[in-house]
Amino acid sequence: MDMNEIKEIFFQECEEQLAELEGGLLRLNDGDRDPETVNAVFRAVHSIKGGAGAFGLDDLVSFAHVFETTLECVRSNRLEPSPDVLKVMLKSADVLADLTNAARDGGSVDAERSRALIGELEALARGEVETLARVEAPVAETPASPAPDAGTAIETPAPSSGNNEGFQPIPFSFDDFGDEPALETADEASCVPTCEILFRPRSDLYAKGNEATLLLRDLSRLGDMSIHCDMDSLPPLEEMNPEEAYFSWRISVATDRGEDAVRSVFEFAEWDCDLEVRTVKDEPLATDGGDPDEAPMQPVPFDLSILDDDQGPSIVETESPAVAAVNAAETATAVSQAAAAASRNTAAATAANAQGAAAQTIRVDLDRVDRLINLVGELVINQAMLSQSVVENDSNGVSSINMGLEELQQLTREIQDSVMAIRAQPVKPVFQRMSRIVREIADVTGKSVRLITEGENTEVDKTVIDKLAEPLTHMIRNAVDHGLESPEKREAAGKNPEGTVRLTAKHRSGRIVIELADDGAGINRERVRQKAIDNDLITADQNLSDEEVDNLIFHAGFSTADKISDISGRGVGMDVVKRSIQALGGRISISSKPGHGSVFTMSLPLTLAVLDGMVVTVAGQTLVVPLTAIVETLQPEAAAIHSFGAAQRLISIRNSFCPLVDVGKILNFRASQANPVEGVALLVESEGGGQRALMVDAIQGQRQVVIKSLEANYSHVPGIAAATILGDGRVALILDVDAVVAASRGQSLKPEISLAATG
Amino acid sequence: MTNAVKNLTHGRELIAFRIGDQEFCVNIMSVREIRGWTPATAMPHAPGHVLGVINLRGVVLPIVDLSQRLGMAPAEPTVRHVIIVAQVGAKVVGLLVDAVSDILTVVDENIQPTPNIASEIEKVCARGILAIEGRMICLIDLDALFPDIESEAA
Repeated sequence: MDMNEIKEIFFQECEEQLAELEGGLLRLNDGDRDPETVNAVFRAVHSIKGGAGAFGLDDLVSFAHVFETTLECVRSNRLEPSPDVLKVMLKSADVLADLTNAARDGGSVDAERSRALIGELEALARGEVETLARVEAPVAETPASPAPDAGTAIETPAPSSGNNEGFQPIPFSFDDFGDEPALETADEASCVPTCEILFRPRSDLYAKGNEATLLLRDLSRLGDMSIHCDMDSLPPLEEMNPEEAYFSWRISVATDRGEDAVRSVFEFAEWDCDLEVRTVKDEPLATDGGDPDEAPMQPVPFDLSILDDDQGPSIVETESPAVAAVNAAETATAVSQAAAAASRNTAAATAANAQGAAAQTIRVDLDRVDRLINLVGELVINQAMLSQSVVENDSNGVSSINMGLEELQQLTREIQDSVMAIRAQPVKPVFQRMSRIVREIADVTGKSVRLITEGENTEVDKTVIDKLAEPLTHMIRNAVDHGLESPEKREAAGKNPEGTVRLTAKHRSGRIVIELADDGAGINRERVRQKAIDNDLITADQNLSDEEVDNLIFHAGFSTADKISDISGRGVGMDVVKRSIQALGGRISISSKPGHGSVFTMSLPLTLAVLDGMVVTVAGQTLVVPLTAIVETLQPEAAAIHSFGAAQRLISIRNSFCPLVDVGKILNFRASQANPVEGVALLVESEGGGQRALMVDAIQGQRQVVIKSLEANYSHVPGIAAATILGDGRVALILDVDAVVAASRGQSLKPEISLAATG
Repeated sequence: MTNAVKNLTHGRELIAFRIGDQEFCVNIMSVREIRGWTPATAMPHAPGHVLGVINLRGVVLPIVDLSQRLGMAPAEPTVRHVIIVAQVGAKVVGLLVDAVSDILTVVDENIQPTPNIASEIEKVCARGILAIEGRMICLIDLDALFPDIESEAA
């Protein structure tokens, strides 16, 4: 596996982590205070940072690091995840996503924005320290700066060489990390076995984002411990390679949890360090206390975060331990909380890993799945061809071949269903992306918006999901920009100043229905009407129903925004949305209530690979009509057909009149209209409301067909949605019902230039 | 022009085929397979030379009547007709011809520039003319024949 593959996996994981991060932050925003949620968020950022470090993605690492530091404050309950804080964090999550994308695709990011956010995050992290100092100082009960304790103090021998200009080792104590007071453990230390550990990290350990200090901290939680840092191999400063690992530690821990517990601390680091663990039954060995000038050194409570970065406050504290006794205690408390949280987190991570192992998944290249789906499609067609030829050649029909074929048919159907299920994915990722869009637009427009998503786990074919993001983004933008009013207006109207956008997905009769509802002002029909008249879409005296007015917004070149904004209003909005939804074989409709908001409803097929269709004959050609479009089929009687105008004919169905559309004529298969009485009428419900009766010559049957692209080798054909291959091996065209109905309304099916018609 | 033709066809093999009493050829590298004629499904609103689509092992393949495309009389397909499945740009197209005659290995000297004639189609689509054993074979430029496909692929 080469580096690029590993990197690709890292980015895939990043995507998952980012989704996790955003989901967690949104849950926090909704008032979730479950520490596990905070941990999940923290874990996500931490994993990204770790991975990015391994690949040397410095921008990503540094941003993730600041983000992580602030999250750590939340995790240790030092920073209240207030809406303001979460707002910054959500924005940071967005920037993190941008940085990840930039790292993958080599694009650039808005450096200004990430710098500003780093500032905000740092301010939050600093802010909490100050607040905390104010809150906790009066009630600090923890004994201030612990007394020097032979068992817990780290001894730092003087640097071997005088060349370490200005290098001042900062000794620090770990005794505050334990949850139980140090004194007790010191007593117990004599009766518990001691582990002697030699820990010599290699530079790889740091390169992979591990941190010796954190390992030591975790180790300290196992029991009373003493650490000796061996700095002998530290070269003079000018020879020092900053990325090399020079230090090693001799640690003795008094723990009753055994060597395994000790080794598990180094679980993720053991390949990158030399580690020796050995259990000594008796008293902890006196650690090299030989140096008389070192022994009395006063351990100073030390904020571990100083090792990660240069945060002002902690340095001040370490420099004047005497002055800041209270401060120190407080820092110590904070650190111990952090340590506790860290261990909780480790436990949680292990639990999560265990869960991950339970639901086993593999990553498969999408191309492979597609190839499989194609092959299964071929199999289905082949099977159908085979049965057809057997039926034609075998007149008694009960032979064993027939039985076998029936079984084969069931099997192929089952295989097809299972393969389709592989591609089914929850709509969650798309919905999650929408929350970012909402945030950004809310920011730009100065509106306050809450996005509620429901049914995120509704599954639909991956291709549908991929193509859903763009129209949905358009619609969300429209909903926030045009749909919702400004907070002032909302308040004036007696509404919650915070607008709500609700995004729902659900399955309904073999399709996925996605609803986007806002509680804004609804469609201003007067203005839509006026605009349509101005743009010559309708005439001033045209009488339109509310529904028809609402549907005007799907017209090309239509925009109701008074001024063109950055977000929407270029007039390319809803008609583009409608077209992309239609390209997916979907429908979109709108219902609006003045003052109460609008609801856009999209109905999409669950898959773009197969379709239930009715096979019909039109002018000698075999066509497939999608079953979802058909309301009912009927045999017209001569009495029910009424001529209307020059060429129009209507059919009366239960006392209502419905225009009759001759499919053969619309598609140019025949020059004149066929006699309706000799054919069959398919009553279809089309996009934009209104029923039409499609005239076909005969119905051959109903079957599931595999959709084949016409565009792949040809071009788009007006009135035709796609092609399929029938049991006899011939290609049949799938009718685009909406286009045919639209054509019957007078919009002509314009033949596009195809295969060099101009030549 | 002559240089370009030489470069494009140098050391290449061509497939020669017959339409009516004329002979044409295309670069063998763009030919994917040759198969017999099967009835095509007609397409609505298609130009006259597009006969329809057929099923080529699960792929929907448009069939072009090359005779009509080159401005000659429309073919009346029979079982004796052949379809040359050719790659044009990113798309695959079936070309209906009367028969495939042989495979030619051309040397540059065989290819002569197209004479300056009135017909637009021949001028655009013919890359050159080959004189082989007293026959005249016209080298067809498929990309020029289907410019819309070419532009889409680009």
